[in-house]
Amino acid sequence: MDLHYFFELFIGGLTRGSIYALIALGYTMVYGIIKLINFAHGEIYMIGAFTALIIASALGFTGMNPVIIFLIATILAIFFSAAYGATIEKIAYKPLRGSQRLSALISAIGMSMFLQNYVLLAQTSDFLPFPNLIPDFKFLKPVENLISSTSFLILVTTAVVMILLTYLIKFTKTGKAMRATSQDAKMAQLLGINISRIISITFIIGSSTAALGGVLISTHIGQLNFYIGYIAGIKAFVAAVLGGIGSIPGAVLGSFVLGWTESFGTGYISSDYEDVFAFLFLIIILIFRPSGILGRPENKKV
Amino acid sequence: MSDILKYFKPKELKKSLIISLWFMILTFPIMVIKVNTIENTVLWRWGSLIGMGIGSFIAATLWRYLLERKNMQNPLSSKKSLQIRIIEWANANPKIKPAALIAVSLFVLAFPFLAGMYQTSIMTTALMYIVLGLGLNIVVGLGGLLNLGYAAFYAVGAYTYALLNYHFGLSFWVCLPIGAGLATIMGILLAIPVLRLRGDYLAIVTLGFGEVIRIVLENWNGLSFGPSGIANIPRPGFFGMDMKLQTATIYIYFIMIAMVVFTIFVVRRLENSRMGRAWIAMREDEIASESMGIDITKSKITTFALGAFFAGMVGVIFAAKTTFINPASFTLWESLMILCVVVIGGTGSIVGVIVGAFILILLPEYLRAFSQYRMLLFGALLVIMMVFRPGGIVSNIRKKYKFEPIQASTNVSQKGAE
Amino acid sequence: MTPILETKNLTMQFGGLTAVDNINFTVNPKEIVALIGPNGAGKTTFFNCVTGVYKPTSGDVLISPTGKGQQKINGLKPNKVTEKGLARTFQNIRLFQNMTVLENVMIGRHSKLKSGILGAVLRTKATVAEEKKVVQDSYDILVEVGLEKFVNELAKNLPYGAQRRLEIARAMATEPALLLLDEPAAGMNPHETKELDEMIIHIRDSKQISILLIEHDMSLVMSISENIFVVDYGKLIAQGSPNEIKNNPEVIKAYLGDDSDA
Repeated sequence: MDLHYFFELFIGGLTRGSIYALIALGYTMVYGIIKLINFAHGEIYMIGAFTALIIASALGFTGMNPVIIFLIATILAIFFSAAYGATIEKIAYKPLRGSQRLSALISAIGMSMFLQNYVLLAQTSDFLPFPNLIPDFKFLKPVENLISSTSFLILVTTAVVMILLTYLIKFTKTGKAMRATSQDAKMAQLLGINISRIISITFIIGSSTAALGGVLISTHIGQLNFYIGYIAGIKAFVAAVLGGIGSIPGAVLGSFVLGWTESFGTGYISSDYEDVFAFLFLIIILIFRPSGILGRPENKKV
Repeated sequence: MSDILKYFKPKELKKSLIISLWFMILTFPIMVIKVNTIENTVLWRWGSLIGMGIGSFIAATLWRYLLERKNMQNPLSSKKSLQIRIIEWANANPKIKPAALIAVSLFVLAFPFLAGMYQTSIMTTALMYIVLGLGLNIVVGLGGLLNLGYAAFYAVGAYTYALLNYHFGLSFWVCLPIGAGLATIMGILLAIPVLRLRGDYLAIVTLGFGEVIRIVLENWNGLSFGPSGIANIPRPGFFGMDMKLQTATIYIYFIMIAMVVFTIFVVRRLENSRMGRAWIAMREDEIASESMGIDITKSKITTFALGAFFAGMVGVIFAAKTTFINPASFTLWESLMILCVVVIGGTGSIVGVIVGAFILILLPEYLRAFSQYRMLLFGALLVIMMVFRPGGIVSNIRKKYKFEPIQASTNVSQKGAE
Repeated sequence: MTPILETKNLTMQFGGLTAVDNINFTVNPKEIVALIGPNGAGKTTFFNCVTGVYKPTSGDVLISPTGKGQQKINGLKPNKVTEKGLARTFQNIRLFQNMTVLENVMIGRHSKLKSGILGAVLRTKATVAEEKKVVQDSYDILVEVGLEKFVNELAKNLPYGAQRRLEIARAMATEPALLLLDEPAAGMNPHETKELDEMIIHIRDSKQISILLIEHDMSLVMSISENIFVVDYGKLIAQGSPNEIKNNPEVIKAYLGDDSDA
């Protein structure tokens, strides 16, 4: 048993899982609050990556310190993605707030199509290299075969985001309002909570983490293109459902389960069918335990 | 009804201006700065910024106006929609229907001879999407089940013909029922596990299923020859005759016409039948319909099966028409295209699906210059339709039955109104 | 006399919450029985257990639509329960909004018909005849409840009172032996309630159907019920004729709270 290979795959799974987690958070939070699968969420992730690339390229000519460029690009990517997220909500979801779920879902699909092609047309369909602005961390030299600087960055960032998010949800007034709205929006409104604002905030937070994921993974892999949103989006969605959609810890748990499954699956079984793992997981979970690992089964009211 | 002129007053202009500024800033990185990290270039397109500013200003004003109008609309207002007025006019002039039918028939029959091979081929594609749309409509429009993996059934039909022909030399006409049959079986197999799933989950699982099929087709080279696909698929034969390309094109066109007629015929008869009503009731309220004696399991399976049947049928024709198939023709995009045809044209309405197919297939052909914006526009159309007209362009009108003079309603409509 | 509906120790639990607690309940043939109790007492849940929407945690639901022998229906799906002779209306109106009034009633006839896809497509003689009959039968039901003038109107366009009557008409179309009405008078004014009162009695008398209703409108309950069951917190706390129930201290306490709270 090649222990080195195993650890490689383990770290790989952890890295994947982290990225999925950053995206899955957005899915699960939005679903928790307005019961909508935001099909366009994957596109936000992609837009985050692209925005970072654009900013970094533009700044690249100024000769600034690469790490500074990276930070600026990341922060701006987050801002812009959050803005896109909030805007999408206002245009495609808010007007449909009382309507049939099917209509909102189709609107989300349309928005996803629109955003994907928007970036495609405005930029390019090519795979674009993403500059490596992260220096090699010296303290990682001993384990550099197992874990790269970018992997390390991803893991640390994700952990920090999780902690911050948990604090937000559990201890702040906004977090409480978010939890209240996701449990009973009408009641929350009657109690004086501005649910439009809460919904916007939810979208903003979800989009921000997704954008962060987009920037980090593009740095790690070294390239991106307009289509990454779709695949990553589906997988992160699977992760969210796996863990229990609407549950934040569930999204994280599901993400790591999926990440490791994919990593070990492609490492030991076959890499051709990489995407199939996610889809099979999805189908099996939804059929046998739709509420996911940590979710609670919903009771229909008749 | 709100006055659009009010939107030119300073207060409203300011709002639109702010929205416009927002979009200019929002889209700045992606629209204005075009990067190419392969060649390390950055292109600044300031023209796009101005275009975005003007465009979003106009769009914002229009959007807010239309949204306000929609929110103020009284659903019970006596103002009849254009569609109802057309139908009532047609019912009032009974000679219209047969005359229109004859005109359409003549046009359909003469078309391939007048329009040339290329146009005929495009029209055939549109006809294929009509059948695909009608098939999906059974699942989505009548049954209310959002199937996002419909292209998988389409693929089953196509690959059945391609493979049976490759391995056993079976002809088109033999493979047509086999392809449709296999697709139907697959429809049943997909329906069984998804029976208990609610709207969004059902959509996602069907999407997953569609993708799994595509991935399998792409990777299982032994079965499907992988991404390179299968070529040299023979066109349909006419009593063993060999046909020139031109004749074959016309032949396939007429086969599709027959198929469209067949499909419309079947759907029309089902719409106002016991099963059709059961599907619609299931769509409207699953719990209530089950409590009224409808077997939901059976209803769901039959919609999936029937929908798959039509997709399989068209799949065989697709293989015969293009003579080459590969997994790239059966992606999620394909499923979404068919969904667009149904949703934009008119969910639950035969005429709507036809309208949808023509708009989504023919229009891009004639507006070739804009073809790269196709998916962009479709995406936008989906959102716009859902916000303003979720039923689609053409509404589904339920059948009105005639009764003895007791009926006091002012709308004395005849049977068969659609 | 075999009761047309009998529940024995019927219990429904959702996780830790016991919504229906050990209820023994009977409806005799051609009786009008009312099930009353404060909001949240478990009345609709009880209905759902009887009609198959929920599978009871324990206990049995027995019916006897023909009067001969009983059959257990707990665990059966709602459509099977309806086939056996139980029909219901819903607390929050669940009509098929985008279908016409006539079509709503025609759905009620679904389980009594046989035509399938093949029959519909081929327009066989049997199917055509069945269709014709179903249209006429449904229309007749509409005439009986006074809704015939709305026949081709979409259900969602009907005034509220008419919608409630349509739900009853639709349930009637299933030819039930027992009709379960969940708050049929909700939202009605006194005049409409009186009409409903007469309609229910007419249905029972002309069609020999037994009626079980959940209601909050006490005037309706007292005026037409022959037997009343009272539940609170899922438990049966009283049972009897209207007069007995009116004066029962347990019932009064359940609704108004007892003096020690004042």
